[in-house]
Amino acid sequence: MIAKTTGSYPPWSKERAVEVVNKHRDGRGPLLPILRELQDVFGYIDPEAVDVLAGELNLSKADVYGVVTFYKDFRSKPAGKSVIRVCRGEACQSMGAEQLAQHARERLGVDFGGTTVEGTLSLEQVFCLGNCALSPAVMVDGRLKGRVDEARFDLIVAECEAQAL
Amino acid sequence: MGACVVFVPRDAASRSVGADEVADAIMREAAARGREVELVRNGSRGMLWLEPLVEVATPQGRVAYGPVEIASVSELLDSGMLDGAPNRLFLGATEEIAYLKGQNRFTFSRVGISDPLSVADYEATGGLAGLRRALEMTPEQIIAEVTDSGLRGRGGAGFPTGIKWKTVLDTPSDLKFIACNADEGDSGTFADRMLMEGDPFTLVEGMVIASLAVGAREGYIYVRSEYPDAVATMQAAIDIAYLNGWIGPGVLDTGHSFDLHLRVGAGAYICGEETAMLESLEGRRGMIRAKPPLPAISGLFGKPTVVNNVLSLASVPPIFARGAEAFRELGAGRSRGTQVFQLAGNIKHGGLYETAFGLSLGELVNEIGGGTATGRPVRAVQVGGPLGAYIPTSRFDLAMDYEAFAAVGAMVGHGGIVVFDDTVDMSRQARFAMEFCAEESCGKCTPCRLGSVRGVEVIDRIIAGLDRPANLALLEELCETMVDASLCAMGGLTPAPVRSALAHFPEDFQPREAVRS
Repeated sequence: MIAKTTGSYPPWSKERAVEVVNKHRDGRGPLLPILRELQDVFGYIDPEAVDVLAGELNLSKADVYGVVTFYKDFRSKPAGKSVIRVCRGEACQSMGAEQLAQHARERLGVDFGGTTVEGTLSLEQVFCLGNCALSPAVMVDGRLKGRVDEARFDLIVAECEAQAL
Repeated sequence: MGACVVFVPRDAASRSVGADEVADAIMREAAARGREVELVRNGSRGMLWLEPLVEVATPQGRVAYGPVEIASVSELLDSGMLDGAPNRLFLGATEEIAYLKGQNRFTFSRVGISDPLSVADYEATGGLAGLRRALEMTPEQIIAEVTDSGLRGRGGAGFPTGIKWKTVLDTPSDLKFIACNADEGDSGTFADRMLMEGDPFTLVEGMVIASLAVGAREGYIYVRSEYPDAVATMQAAIDIAYLNGWIGPGVLDTGHSFDLHLRVGAGAYICGEETAMLESLEGRRGMIRAKPPLPAISGLFGKPTVVNNVLSLASVPPIFARGAEAFRELGAGRSRGTQVFQLAGNIKHGGLYETAFGLSLGELVNEIGGGTATGRPVRAVQVGGPLGAYIPTSRFDLAMDYEAFAAVGAMVGHGGIVVFDDTVDMSRQARFAMEFCAEESCGKCTPCRLGSVRGVEVIDRIIAGLDRPANLALLEELCETMVDASLCAMGGLTPAPVRSALAHFPEDFQPREAVRS
């Protein structure tokens, strides 16, 4: 699974990062797989990773920084213990995703991209989760949910909050 | 009494409405009744409104129940579900369900039938027959077979697959690649995901056949990160394929070797554009490349590369197993074979529907799809993803093929059909098209990068009733610039939903005060 439940990650470590680089070094165009694994390991891409990867892969820092910031998956700081992604694609819009998106922001008290103050939940928007016949769709820590109305959303939030305790 | 075989899909859509919990409940309740159950986690049959769809094997064939809720499992077992007895969720013989029976499954013939990662099931249902046949052929013969089938790229553009492969074959190079585009980012589409989760070996087999055709020894599948289930299933399938010698050094004990790698995207819609995908595979920002050169001549790492969509490659093994003629005889005009439609959004019977080309849009939406889920009248459908046109019900006579759609400035694209009921505000949909482009533009060319931002602003002014004639003229001019001057389909096709919304639903673009009075 890519987006494992967030929660506890080890602190950033250059040594561990270099181990990740070494694992992928011989592949073609290894930068994206390395960044993906760094985020899996640490929960985010530490700013220092840019220097480390540039040095290890013989790339310019600008190139590495450019890639890290281009892709929406890469975070510059750790997310909350759980990540809820609300789909705002057209198929979900046709079934009330905009109202769900509004409800989600009000329920959690954060905008998209935000994390609740106690660090339990991060809220993100996403355009299409491939569940377009069971809209509105939501993804919770890598698990897809379909036909999510406001009541079901609140249940999901309650489950995440209970897990975080 | 022997073990009863029960099928509960492992497809992400099915799991999204409780398939795992239903499977657990069936095992638990069966054990409590002293019944032995062999659970098979199959792919989804694609009747998504019936998920979780549970099937039970009976001497007369498989029967279906759905949608099964966790709370009703106990009741279902009490009413004899494990023996295939009828009850309130009984749907009869699976194959006889009208939605399934009306289809012509070619690419999806195996999806939903068995455990997608079972090697024995795969071979028992014709798996590897296509590859074994291709291994006896020369590259020219393989390409002739693909060309004869009439297969066209199913990612959206509809380019003839055989011609693309021939270009790669004819371009001399010590290194060539097969790159599978599994970055299915268009809202309303999920066929690639279902294929990868429901029959991943077919995609692997198709890529090996492509490698034989063009002389490639390395392949990549680029899957979007929003599809964690597909990533897991596809990776498992690749590992199994290596273990069984289907890929790796000496494919099926021949001299041909082929290495296959799975790469996961990182949240960028534009990487579904083939050149942006290649950049991303090379480890760079997903910035599109100007064409020419074509990827078939200078693609991944500058080498000749076959870039094909999941469904194009997955259609290749059955074409070789059943012969080019079996595919070509389906379809209409220059659109040969089957098209995989995805009925999505506000639709009663949403799901996957594979059929020969030639159905009308209205038949798909109203007859097969059953109209809207909300029960309100259909007002508009968007065909072909976020860059596809909005079509009013007055055009429901349109035939669903490449040429008929192109003739009215629309596109079939990847076959996604998103239905909206009469509560939709088309000015908001037009605005969203521009907003989405602004959000997802790679930024390389100005018409797309800036035009989309300006487009949102102009639409806002039109809706607000500010200097409408001038702003409508400006929006049209902006659309024209984006169409003519953008480097790729992102900027070039964003005007399609905008213009079609304006053309067919002008009343939604009136100032809000005027509408109210």
